[in-house]
Amino acid sequence: MAYPEKIRNVYQEQIKGIQNAGLFKQERFIHSPQAADIEVEFPAGAPLKKVINMCSNNYLGLSSHPDVVKAAHEGLESRGYGMSSVRFICGTQDIHRELERRMTEFLGTEDTLLFPSCMDANAGVFEAVLAKDDVMISDRLVHASLIDGIRLCSAMHDTYKHSDMAHLEEKLQLHADKRMRMVITDGVFSMDGDTAKLDEMVALCDSYDAMLLVDDSHSSGFIGKTGRGTHEKCGVLGKIDIITTTFGKALGGASGGCVSGRRELVEMCRQRARPYLFSNTIAPVVVSGVLKVMEILSASTERRDKLEKNAAYWRKGLTEAGFVLREGDTPIVPVMLFNAKLSQDFSKALYDEGIYAIGFFFPVVPQGQARIRTQISAGHEIHHLDRALDAFIKVGKKFNIPGKTKQEIIQMYGM
Amino acid sequence: MEGLKDVVLQYVTKEYLEDDSEPLNFDTPLISGGIVDSFSMVSLKRFLENRYNIQIPDDKATPEAFDSVNKIAVLVEEFVGNKS
Repeated sequence: MAYPEKIRNVYQEQIKGIQNAGLFKQERFIHSPQAADIEVEFPAGAPLKKVINMCSNNYLGLSSHPDVVKAAHEGLESRGYGMSSVRFICGTQDIHRELERRMTEFLGTEDTLLFPSCMDANAGVFEAVLAKDDVMISDRLVHASLIDGIRLCSAMHDTYKHSDMAHLEEKLQLHADKRMRMVITDGVFSMDGDTAKLDEMVALCDSYDAMLLVDDSHSSGFIGKTGRGTHEKCGVLGKIDIITTTFGKALGGASGGCVSGRRELVEMCRQRARPYLFSNTIAPVVVSGVLKVMEILSASTERRDKLEKNAAYWRKGLTEAGFVLREGDTPIVPVMLFNAKLSQDFSKALYDEGIYAIGFFFPVVPQGQARIRTQISAGHEIHHLDRALDAFIKVGKKFNIPGKTKQEIIQMYGM
Repeated sequence: MEGLKDVVLQYVTKEYLEDDSEPLNFDTPLISGGIVDSFSMVSLKRFLENRYNIQIPDDKATPEAFDSVNKIAVLVEEFVGNKS
């Protein structure tokens, strides 16, 4: 037998260890479309509860937009349910090409290639364009999907302190002897909500003859004046060599992702990237939905403008209430609690108050950096934010958090 | 080797620690203690090779061999010793 009792026991002990360390994650079951107001079953078997969602990546509120749903239906009718193929065999429809063209235009690049997810895009891109004589230099807080892709590549890998441009420059100097250098960063960092200094990074990359890759998954659609992303915000449109991004967040929230950038680098991905070669193409229904999202975004900046205002309102409210936040101006607003169990208890208490926001703890964030990561949406109205703020303050007082410093919270609860 | 451990400690402190971190000593577990991740070993290896004009084979540059300043010093001395 492949799974004897003694092996089962090994894993049961590991699971028990995760539970005892206060690091066990539990799913909640949502019985409604994704929106600011959702109905949740938690724990399993409990009656449904109406709550305000404060932790989705539905930044522009388009995940259940009727026009997007209608376009997806039309895509199902006109292009079918699934392609049963990878892209290069018989998995490319005209709508895939159209979406690649739209993304190229929107992101201000030379070419784009779709992937089943941005996780796949990040898994495939480095191995496709770099080799063992090259070096990848990544920010120490890049997303897990970038780390996984870096691990799959034979090029050397080094890191620089988070957003530390002086340290990045030291690394570019250290690796000047390599054939190629690629600097890798998130555009907006997913756990802290801060923004990469892309203008400074472009200048450094120019000086040291390095390429720059930005994962803009938490930016595409709403960062920058017209929502093109972090590069627009930092005034470096057209200067990023590779952008990876997802359609699973602001751009509809279903699935899919892409690599977009210099023509030759994208072509190398088309020829060599393993997730592109070996994983199923994005379903026509999803492509149709994203095309409608891009049409909506290109017509007006109304949604990203509203999101910006909502995020500022939320951040101001939490700051005035005395919570410890990570600095930033994006819709990702982490409320720092530092202790894993505290973050879980806080989340449960928020849920009792009708607010859905999850505790983030190791290994998702570093040990001792647990938080409630709140995320604002253009789908939130002011009454949602006021209601959520009241709940945070009420729960915060219960745990004696508002007005306390990081050191004081750690003293009370430990790390 | 004179000052080797101090040089390594200074480099590791500057390279890996943030301002509010606990100070390191020669026995602080660097990799197993989560201070240096396995990716970041690369720059440490390059620093040692450049500084002491040695080549450390990849199969010797293990997380175990790099897990403290004391262990790193043993490794460097082995290759500096081999050279002379």
